[in-house]
Amino acid sequence: MSAAARTQLLRDSAPAGRERPVAGAAIPASDRNGLAVSIRGLEKHYGERQVLRGLSLDIARGSFVAIVGRSGCGKSTLLRIVAGLEQADGGRLEIGAASSCPACEDRPEVRLMFQDARLLPWKSVIDNVRLGLPRSALPAARDALRDVGLEDRAKDWPAALSGGQRQRVALARALVHRPQLLLLDEPLGALDALTRIEMHALIERLWREHGFTALLVTHDVQEAVALADRVVVIEDGAIGLDQALGLARPRARGSQEFAALEDRVLTRVLQQHGADPGALASPAEQIDALRQEGVRWVI
Amino acid sequence: MSASRLPYQSWHRLGANTLPWLLPLLILGAWEYAARSGLLSTRVLPEPWAVVKAAWHLVQTGEMWANLKVSAGRAFAGLAIGGGLGLLLGLLTGLFVPAQVALDTTLQMLRNIPPLAMIPLVILWFGIDEGAKLFLVALGVFFPLYLNTFHGIRTVDRNLIEMARSYGLSGWRLYRDVILPGALPSILVGLRFSLGLMWVLLIVAETISSSSGIGYMTMNAREFLQTDVVLVGILLYALLGKIADVAAKGLERVCLRWHPSYT
Repeated sequence: MSAAARTQLLRDSAPAGRERPVAGAAIPASDRNGLAVSIRGLEKHYGERQVLRGLSLDIARGSFVAIVGRSGCGKSTLLRIVAGLEQADGGRLEIGAASSCPACEDRPEVRLMFQDARLLPWKSVIDNVRLGLPRSALPAARDALRDVGLEDRAKDWPAALSGGQRQRVALARALVHRPQLLLLDEPLGALDALTRIEMHALIERLWREHGFTALLVTHDVQEAVALADRVVVIEDGAIGLDQALGLARPRARGSQEFAALEDRVLTRVLQQHGADPGALASPAEQIDALRQEGVRWVI
Repeated sequence: MSASRLPYQSWHRLGANTLPWLLPLLILGAWEYAARSGLLSTRVLPEPWAVVKAAWHLVQTGEMWANLKVSAGRAFAGLAIGGGLGLLLGLLTGLFVPAQVALDTTLQMLRNIPPLAMIPLVILWFGIDEGAKLFLVALGVFFPLYLNTFHGIRTVDRNLIEMARSYGLSGWRLYRDVILPGALPSILVGLRFSLGLMWVLLIVAETISSSSGIGYMTMNAREFLQTDVVLVGILLYALLGKIADVAAKGLERVCLRWHPSYT
């Protein structure tokens, strides 16, 4: 036998990933490998200020849940607690079957996408994607880049990319780890309207293909309705509205049901601000006013 | 149309390339003329041509190369000792808070002593041999590297560190992949400052007393009123400083390829 054939054989028999299965491994894409999340009575203070007041939320595995609310309502704090970046002061958080403990053997694969892409500027795009993984993960990183349509930029520096491209690289970086729960912290907040709509389609497609559970925090009601199965409005650190969306995918942004649901959620978000003396008379008027300013309503 | 504009453009480019050199050439011409006509005494300044001849003579006798080697050796040994220590202590205080608490105040106080003010003490401690020169250079280059390394590490983007930790990087890998590359632009700025100081301190140290090196060469020539050799020495220092700066810039270009301001 030739030497080439033997090395081929060796490579095939070698374990694919050292610790965890990575993208491109033999996991069927149709498998719903999402994790369920259960939050019970979550409390969080920053000094005197109470950010979360006994918040409870159940997220079904493989579902797409959007959390909407005004700035400072506690939605980002909730996400950072679920991501393990911050500790709650009280309550219980369960991810997957077992209670979340950092020391657990098979830790649930949870990934967070930040508002800014947070790419390391001194690493090429491909090296950013395979951050924290061994060299053997290179093919998987390439697959993930192809998934987000940036395989031809693998060798570029992040500084050479546009804002939308950087977020796509960040998305690929999360996907390499085959996340079972993907947390999105206003990842599209800094992008322009057209790039956002492209990103919506990309995130929806990847969610359907990979089958992870998605938890999106946003202040953009239209984005929430376009992507999620369920929209949760947080007001003052607790849940104000829990709205299931029965819309067919892909979502038709012009349809009546879409507009009605968007109205319902937006009305709820704006209601919290009713005490403001400078505010308009009724929520309906406020929405009309917003409609006139917002180009995105006519798309 | 474009053909008629081309000659004008090439003239323009030629002008832009030669114009900056016009003034130095004029000064050189005037200097040569003044020296030859006797307006300028050779005791003040030799004619430029004499400087070239003196340089050539020094090259031929091998004196220049020998002295250059000694001076460059002192400079880089001082840089290696002082700069290496500065980098090491900067990393230590930047990465570990206890080290910062214990050391930083002391170092910030010492920083305010001009290295040249130490000369009397240095002569008392080391006499006038090699040790004194190395100590002066090392002392001078220590602080720019220390301060910039410390500052660079402290200003690495916290968000990037948080991100890297959430991707499982910790310990040595976190330093190698995130903290050190993030501090590198600042460290290299420190290196360039150090290189500038390195030559200044070496010149002073060699001028005080030495039996070899460019400083010795110029001081010796001064004794015999060989102004042309003195000038060669001064130009050599300038050349060495320029070479060090170009090397540092090259290093920045290679190490900071990713940085938009260096491409």
